[in-house]
Amino acid sequence: MKVLEKSEMKVITGNHAVSYGAKLARVEVIAAYPITPQTTIVELLSEMVAEGDLKARFITVESEHSAMAGCISASIAGARAFTATSSQGLALMHEMLHWAAGVRAPIVMANVNRALAAPWSIWTDQNDSLSQRDTGWMQLYAESNQEALDFVILGYKVAEQVLLPMMIVLDAFILSHTSEPVEIYPQEVVDAFLPPYQNPYALNFDNPQVIGGLADPQVYFEFRYKLQKAHERAIQVFKEEGQRFGELFGRTYDTLEPFMLEDAEEVLVTAGSTTSTARYAVQKLREKGHKVGLLKLRMFRPFPFEDIRQALRGRKKVGIIDRNLSYGHHGIFYQEIKSALYGQSGAPLLFGYVTGLGGRDIRAEDIEAIYEDLRSRTEPQEIIWKGVRL
Amino acid sequence: MSWYWKEVNREEWMNPGHLACQGCGATVAMRLALKALGPKTMITVPACCWTIIDGAWPNHALKIPMFHTAFETAAIAASGIRAALDVKGEKDVTVLAWAGDGGTFDIGIQALSGAAERNENIIYVVYDNEAYMNTGIQRSGATPYGAWTTTTPVKHPEERPKKNIVEIMSAHRIPYVATATIAFPDDLVRKFLKAKEIQGTRFIHILSPCPPGWKIASDQSIKVARMAVETKVFPLFEIEDGERWTINYWPEGRPVLDYLKMQGRFRHLTEEQVDYIQRFVDHEWEKLLKRHQETHGSLPEEATVSASG
Repeated sequence: MKVLEKSEMKVITGNHAVSYGAKLARVEVIAAYPITPQTTIVELLSEMVAEGDLKARFITVESEHSAMAGCISASIAGARAFTATSSQGLALMHEMLHWAAGVRAPIVMANVNRALAAPWSIWTDQNDSLSQRDTGWMQLYAESNQEALDFVILGYKVAEQVLLPMMIVLDAFILSHTSEPVEIYPQEVVDAFLPPYQNPYALNFDNPQVIGGLADPQVYFEFRYKLQKAHERAIQVFKEEGQRFGELFGRTYDTLEPFMLEDAEEVLVTAGSTTSTARYAVQKLREKGHKVGLLKLRMFRPFPFEDIRQALRGRKKVGIIDRNLSYGHHGIFYQEIKSALYGQSGAPLLFGYVTGLGGRDIRAEDIEAIYEDLRSRTEPQEIIWKGVRL
Repeated sequence: MSWYWKEVNREEWMNPGHLACQGCGATVAMRLALKALGPKTMITVPACCWTIIDGAWPNHALKIPMFHTAFETAAIAASGIRAALDVKGEKDVTVLAWAGDGGTFDIGIQALSGAAERNENIIYVVYDNEAYMNTGIQRSGATPYGAWTTTTPVKHPEERPKKNIVEIMSAHRIPYVATATIAFPDDLVRKFLKAKEIQGTRFIHILSPCPPGWKIASDQSIKVARMAVETKVFPLFEIEDGERWTINYWPEGRPVLDYLKMQGRFRHLTEEQVDYIQRFVDHEWEKLLKRHQETHGSLPEEATVSASG
């Protein structure tokens, strides 16, 4: 739905929504390497740069590792830097993801959720991005193509205030290659929201300092303390900017998004595009008289502990749908929500549903089956496999 | 030498305090390089001895901005800085990647090849001390035949000649590739001055003696570097646009043994091994002479003196 009169509505894929988000954010340096299903994000950006529609340098690097390294140094030298990747590419970047957070480079990167090899898969699951949870990056999970576009703009707004990198996550194919109507905002409104990137610590000649150098045990600890404090601050900054985004663009963003939650006794928790399927299923279940609600996780890092506690306190049962797994442990969203609720009065019983790995479809009837399973159980269960053929 | 002392900037861009070992070639090389490049330079350093030499935070041995990057990323880190400066319209800044031989010949060669193939507008310097010295002398792709390191012990020394990084780089047809050493500061400074005026990827290979790694006294670094050139083990030359080869200094042509015997890392070599090194060095020099001749049509008079040595 178009909110701003001067906006343009386009029917575009999630990947192209990300490209338009980067264009509206006026990114200045793009360093990128092709990987399915990310490639069309940077293809379109490459065209925009070639056409002169986007004033940026596009570096066609020889690997994702270099894509991230190039974005970091460009950001440290004072340019708004952007890249996009997926799966193996994100895994290859791992070392540099730590580096980006360590030198506090406010890069925004889109990661198209794709399952990791081996065996090869190009289809969606969340293990690639969730494997990077301890690198110091913020992470937002998009449910729709519009969110993917909005998160790029909002991502820079938050990242540049707290000096932390931001990962925008969208599902392979379900969003990346599926077209939806997306509102492309007028540039001047985006400019009013997102001023040019100014990093007071960027490399400069007035104060020729060193960035990223050796930190002995007398100082390293304090650098890391400050990184954590920036994450803690980022939750509030995200909430404020999400509010302001709503005032300007008509779409307000918070760390979580509830659906039919008010009187819900049982709650399902989702992230990404599965949320849309779950919303439909929950609506149908409500029509049948079930007191079920849905909680969408939008922000995963920093983790919104307080918001999770408030949303789930007093519920009877919570089923967490993980399209991911920490091998030898449990579903990752399940772990994180459990850690938020531990020792809280009125904490619900938790049930961890692992499903949809490697792009196996999660259909509305699967969500309904998960809910039926949840209802039938009386004892909490850490892993419940759904849809695996044994 | 007279040219050097007249032309070279007397101003220092390196502070007196730093953490290098005594006699470190890499510090002399940096001091000289910055005299040519001047203060409008931004430098990026991957994991290498210079990660330490520069000092622990908040100390900084240089008067120019420096960005420390991961081991394998010097060339792309420099490219990223360049891209940011280009977008901001700051064209008059020199962007310098300053890496060791491990970060160049081995782990960093992918990013380096990518940057060179794209002809990124950067100067890339490898200060080559012929092993992983910062981690305590382990062999690298730059370790020469016969050398002792902690991972090529005397009973099983390095069996292969060092990787020919200069030819690898010139095969990318970048505008400028040169070799230099700290024993020829006039040649080194001239090459940096020349590189500074060229657009595109410029690659300078500096032989940089390491007293603890080469098992030499700390007051011998410059003498050993000079002997590497005089024995033709490390000739001074430049390659323009991947095609025009010019030898910049005509060595005395002393036997390689004069170079090898100065260093404890070669002490175990047999006569046969020294002969092999001599033949290898002669062969490489002949190739270089041919390329110089192809470029310039003839050889200067000094060349014959050198050949008879």
